[in-house]
Amino acid sequence: MDLRKFSASRLAVMLSDGKISASELAELSIERINKIDSGLGAFVTVDESGIRSQALQADALLAADKNRSPLTGLPLAIKDNISTAGIRTTCASKMLADYVPPYSATVVEKLRKSGAVIAGKSNLDEFAMGSTTETSAWHITRNPWSYEHVPGGSSGGSAAAVAAGLVPLALGSDTGGSIRQPCSYCGLTGLKPTYGTVSRYGLIAYASSLDQIGPIARTSADCALVYTEIAGTDGRDSTSMIDNNGNFSRKLGKLKDDVMAAERANDFSGFSLAGKRIAVPKAFAGYELQQETAEALEQAIRVLEQAGAVISECELPLLEESIPAYYLIASAEASANLSRYDGVQYGYRTARSDYADLAEFYSLNRAEALGPEVRTRIMLGTFALSSGYYDAWYLKAQKVRRLIRSRYNEILTEYDFILGPTAPRTAPLLGVSLDDPLAMYLSDVFTVGANLTGLPALALPCGFDNSGLPIGLQLTGRAYADDELLRAGIAWQQQTEFHLALPSDKEAESAVAAQLSGVRGEVES
Amino acid sequence: MKSYETVIGLEVHVELSTRSKIFCSCPVSYGEEPNTKCCPVCMGLPGALPVLNREVVEYALRTCLAVNCDINKLTRFDRKNYFYPDLPKAYQISQLYEPIGRDGWLEIQAGDLDKRIRIHELHMEEDAGKLLHDPWDDQTLVDYNRCGVPLLEIVSEPDLRSAEEALIYLEKLRSILQFIDVSDCRMQEGSLRADVNVSVRPIGSEEFGTRTEMKNMNSFKAIGRAIEKESRRQIELIEEGGAIRQETRRWDENKDASFPMRSKEDAHDYRYFPDPDLTPVLISSDWIEKVREALPELPQDRRSRYILELGLAEYEADLMVSHPDLSNLFEETVKLTDKPRETASWIMGELLQLSKDKSCELAELEVEPKAFARIIIMTADGTINRITARKVLLAAIDEQVDPEEYIAKQGLAMISDTSLLEQTVAQVLADNPASVEDYRKGKTKVTGFLVGQSMRLLGGKADPQLLNKIVLVKLDNIVQN
Repeated sequence: MDLRKFSASRLAVMLSDGKISASELAELSIERINKIDSGLGAFVTVDESGIRSQALQADALLAADKNRSPLTGLPLAIKDNISTAGIRTTCASKMLADYVPPYSATVVEKLRKSGAVIAGKSNLDEFAMGSTTETSAWHITRNPWSYEHVPGGSSGGSAAAVAAGLVPLALGSDTGGSIRQPCSYCGLTGLKPTYGTVSRYGLIAYASSLDQIGPIARTSADCALVYTEIAGTDGRDSTSMIDNNGNFSRKLGKLKDDVMAAERANDFSGFSLAGKRIAVPKAFAGYELQQETAEALEQAIRVLEQAGAVISECELPLLEESIPAYYLIASAEASANLSRYDGVQYGYRTARSDYADLAEFYSLNRAEALGPEVRTRIMLGTFALSSGYYDAWYLKAQKVRRLIRSRYNEILTEYDFILGPTAPRTAPLLGVSLDDPLAMYLSDVFTVGANLTGLPALALPCGFDNSGLPIGLQLTGRAYADDELLRAGIAWQQQTEFHLALPSDKEAESAVAAQLSGVRGEVES
Repeated sequence: MKSYETVIGLEVHVELSTRSKIFCSCPVSYGEEPNTKCCPVCMGLPGALPVLNREVVEYALRTCLAVNCDINKLTRFDRKNYFYPDLPKAYQISQLYEPIGRDGWLEIQAGDLDKRIRIHELHMEEDAGKLLHDPWDDQTLVDYNRCGVPLLEIVSEPDLRSAEEALIYLEKLRSILQFIDVSDCRMQEGSLRADVNVSVRPIGSEEFGTRTEMKNMNSFKAIGRAIEKESRRQIELIEEGGAIRQETRRWDENKDASFPMRSKEDAHDYRYFPDPDLTPVLISSDWIEKVREALPELPQDRRSRYILELGLAEYEADLMVSHPDLSNLFEETVKLTDKPRETASWIMGELLQLSKDKSCELAELEVEPKAFARIIIMTADGTINRITARKVLLAAIDEQVDPEEYIAKQGLAMISDTSLLEQTVAQVLADNPASVEDYRKGKTKVTGFLVGQSMRLLGGKADPQLLNKIVLVKLDNIVQN
């Protein structure tokens, strides 16, 4: 049985109907990981015995048939910057090579409770800083559609794991596009949820005011199943939303039920785009889009219109300013968030003992363990917060952020969604992006808006370029209307078949044969 | 030499006695096994997030109201970035841009003058851990138990002009903090700490001199010494034609001197910015009013009530309000005795003596107001004499005895039986003919000895006035005969 032929929602029905057991599913997943991941490099840590024992528990849950979640028994990859008690959580950094968290992130607790099977920890750019997964201290991850290309980043491991069919579902985190851009590069669907709807407790912070955990899957319906499980108020995260009257959780409950009912009936026609007002910012056209991306977007607009959506152009000023604002704020927050990695309590400590004082001890620990991209951003952020520069850089960036937020909200009072590309181009070749970091930063132009504004944004596959690499579009929705966004995504995927395409396994097989790269870590517990 | 005046500002840190820490649910504790009262949040583990303890805001509000601060209804937390091994996140969550309180003041009595000391701001922050250095194997260990213990920092304006004023201000502030029950303010346990900014200037000058900041004083006495020494050091330096360096200095108690720690040039750039993990705190007028209504009577108000309504002398009232436990004991006891002055005098006499004997603080004596009141009443109505009363009081404190039962059981009631007293005195006079002879010669001092001997025979329980009278009458009889 080829795991890749089935969506997670279909597998959920099959599990529920006893057509397949969680243990069988787990074996398929393990088999596939063992078959191709040494060449692909999606995982940092795979917990094989853990997968089997979780699957057995899931089968018991399925047999007992009480209060089951659709996720019960579904294998899932977790980005390695999300804390998992007893399982090494490295952030793809030498700094945390041996760090085993004593506690689990709220999302991990929720997933465990739901009976989902945590397959392992997926690769990422070091501390989620990067757009290619090439800054990982462990190994690169390849794009399942073309092994010479990057999978995107920073959640590149999660995206590659799903695209290559190692697992049907994954969690990523998105600070400036880190879920959506790899989804775009790997032909997947990914949601950057409304800030505050998914608890950040246990997510190892990059930039606290921008970070958000979200699902990566092949379809919108699958994203909905994960999102409805992990979203909700959390008393351990002060920035998590307040859902006083329970409206939000009712909306999520309804979405989950609707998805499962539609999957069971094999009829998603209840999800519709008819009458939805969608704005396309004129400014997006001003960016050097790859020609196929521009064409795919044109085509998408036609499909949406045929589905009954009303498309209009709109103004979106400050697009150009959003990149510097984003990098200043993200780096400033990161400079403080990453200060705790000083080698005192946990993490990497220099082997040298000839340091003169405490300051040199810290410098050695940090310089030896943190990679160049992380160091660059820490220095940039430290500078932006320095006495005498704070007003000119950090404070100004915050003002730009406020302006951008108010403009987005204005647009969204008139429109249901904002439509645009997810990335200006399809996946670049391995090894070229880090040589021109500025160009890499600029390629985040379409995704950072959702993080600066806190709004939900959904990346959806919408085509392929001439070399067969996936192209993605992005829908941005109203705050706390993540359910609306996912419903629109489901409707889109009723009209299109891009999400059904699968990368060939040929490259995977030859890569393994050639032992191209990749040494996976062992589980610690 | 010119005349100089010393200009002092104080930064007081108070550990709040809330049940749990400021950003997690770990208990606030002292003296526990190292690293047993901490969790991922206060240890700054990757991914852990702070959640503000509402009780801390409540305590801060109470303090703001007690020291007359304007309350910032939209208060915020900022990150103060610096590396140190006792600070596991390498930033302290504190308040810079929007502290909870601003522009307060305290009135102090300095000499005969009432003086208003302005308070610049009051803010909330988290405490750091403790470093324990082991000189034997040259290792430093970190105890994270104190990480995240809530602190208030109360920053005064440079309105103080002498070590004495600074200490009066500190005592006043401490007493307020204890009365509103936000902190136990124990300097030796570090729950009250003060950094001192000192500068000097020629009398009459409007401009401030360059200031230095001093740290590491572990007692009020040390603070006083540090100010005096630093003021003298600065004046001497200026007189010699030198200039004061803006710097932080460390007080060394053993050497009775301060030493430079770091200069302005290598001062930290803390790179403060609003903590994105915490949302701004909105304080409603309603909340403020509720806190105001529940605010306990402040020590200065109690003091005036004691003087005006209960008739205490100023020095008595001052002592009664020196600690809330003492003040509460006084009030509870007065309720039962209805004798404020008598009660105060018992506290200032017998209790103070007892605390000296036990070498503890007056407020630390565990006195049950009910027992204390009974002892005062029974002494006043002649059931027991003062010597017995002391004995009963000690037993009441040490063994929690019921005074009446104890007196009955031990047969301590005062002996006022005239014939028994007369018999005893006659016996004592007969046994001490030499003393009687001395008395006859005009050495009246011997009466004391003879009364004492009689009291001893009566087990210390005699009515002292009656006994005294009988001794005098009997001696006079002998002399006249």
